Amino acid sequence: MPVDIDAAVIANRRLSADYNILAFDAPEIAAAARPGQFVMIKTSGGQDPLLRRPFSIFEILRGADSRPTGVSIFNKRIGLGTTLLSSVEPGMRLPVLGPLGRPFEPIDPPAEAWMIAGGVGLAPFITLASALAARGTRATLFYGARRADELHCVDLFEALGVTLVLATEDGSRGVHGRVTLPLGAALAARPLGSPVKLFVCGPTPMMRACADLAGAHGRACDVSLEQVMGCGLGGCYSCVVLARPSVGPGSEGSKPHHTRTCVDGPVFDATRIVWEAVAGH
Amino acid sequence: MDLSLTVGALRLANPLIAASGCFGYGVEYADIVDLSALGGVAVKGLFIAEREGHPPPRIVETPSGMLNAIGLQGIGVHRFIKERLPELRERRATVIVNVCGTTLDEYVEISRILSDHEGVHAIELNISCPNIKEGGITFGCSLPGTHGVVSAVRKATSLPLIPKLTPNVTDVASFAKAAEDAGADAVSLVNTFLAMAIDVHTRRPKLSNIVGGLSGPAIRPIAVRMVYECRRAVKIPVIGMGGIATADDVLEFMIAGANAVQVGTMNFVDPFIWTKLLDGLRGYMARHGIARLQEIVGSVDTTKRETAWISS
Repeated sequence: MPVDIDAAVIANRRLSADYNILAFDAPEIAAAARPGQFVMIKTSGGQDPLLRRPFSIFEILRGADSRPTGVSIFNKRIGLGTTLLSSVEPGMRLPVLGPLGRPFEPIDPPAEAWMIAGGVGLAPFITLASALAARGTRATLFYGARRADELHCVDLFEALGVTLVLATEDGSRGVHGRVTLPLGAALAARPLGSPVKLFVCGPTPMMRACADLAGAHGRACDVSLEQVMGCGLGGCYSCVVLARPSVGPGSEGSKPHHTRTCVDGPVFDATRIVWEAVAGH
Repeated sequence: MDLSLTVGALRLANPLIAASGCFGYGVEYADIVDLSALGGVAVKGLFIAEREGHPPPRIVETPSGMLNAIGLQGIGVHRFIKERLPELRERRATVIVNVCGTTLDEYVEISRILSDHEGVHAIELNISCPNIKEGGITFGCSLPGTHGVVSAVRKATSLPLIPKLTPNVTDVASFAKAAEDAGADAVSLVNTFLAMAIDVHTRRPKLSNIVGGLSGPAIRPIAVRMVYECRRAVKIPVIGMGGIATADDVLEFMIAGANAVQVGTMNFVDPFIWTKLLDGLRGYMARHGIARLQEIVGSVDTTKRETAWISS
């Protein structure tokens, strides 16, 4: 059950001109959070912007006794709300509602988990990597960005034992090209008898390309979608994507419906999504 | 302390109603809001058949408000009765079903179907959605149309009947009067203001439907004025809405003439708003020695002017 906490900002760690990590004191949300879930944050005390913004839970923060104490978000400055969040000071309080949404379902060994992140799409993967590590599931992060200085927090994944495959569009770090390049090569090289599941979050064209690759290689693939949300609780029907009701092979025939990202997602089996209808951003 | 009121034969425990389109089918909020503690729950608008609504983007924020063009996506009256109504009954919600139609017959048929089911307490006639092309607002924008659809549904149901009025007319009070003359038990207003937002870089509309309805605190003073006008035109209860965010906003609508209010957009911002509003109303009643909240309805004193506003 989600709770709304007037949560104190514990820290605002600036990563670059565009990215920062905001940590909130929110033990109730941290205790209930599952991998890939999100929170709705009111970014201003006033009415501009009026609505809350959805953010994946980046880290579940823990105290010295390992008890959950709070959550952090991975913020990229894009519009008014995210700009406000880039400059908040520790001690300030913001309403944080959560945890919300359908989480990732971690997989067990011997299957491997491949996480594919593009840009700010890194956000839901630390919680997933932690859950995978707890199960002893081998995990790889394919992480792409435009430039080397936009690849953030890889140390957090290394600490969880995640294998890293980095890619930049300008070739300044890792593979020169989009992250789908090394992903495609890895999928082609993987023996069919070795199970692997893909977990994808990033810009819509990238998620679609990953879903196509997964389909071509017969691998299961979950995507975490981001849509403009009004409420995060299923009340407003703003955040819909066109999705088929059933999953798996043959699902292409079932009739797609406008499906709420907030309560039926944000994590969807990629075969459910009608990509032509998903707004690109 | 008595916060109750009646709409036709229906008693509402307090004047706070969740606005249609802003609260799903109620069940979405049942785990975090005590539905039985609300005056009523106006569920998402229903046609006979299921509807997919408009493609995204469906909302866009504007200063102190938002535009929406959801397009009345919905599960249809039959699935509502089968899949949602049982839980609403179990949660002891006072259920107001928002009824949509593309034709007069559709309004009548849905109302007749709903009248046969325990747990439906009132019907709100949606003749004011700005986001669909056919039916709906065409009834709400013509006085004979409003009178006609309310009269026809009146004959088909004994449930309290609440036409929801559009503000996109020259004189909303005349529509309230037409609804009252046709047998409505109350009127609710305002639905959203037809509006538009454009991305100046791409020169494209920000909504897939090009235009949408403006709601939120941005419209509140206009809605208060319209409630005030309707109060003077009709004797039936008026249910006011438009950007209510605080207990003071509720009181402002009531003093202007609303017997009850609906909260929509601000429920998105704060789904726990209901207890805060109720506490605020009780505090006001205590401070002002008001035993029955309905005493303040329409009590605005237009013989005097507030002069101290500059310092407030």
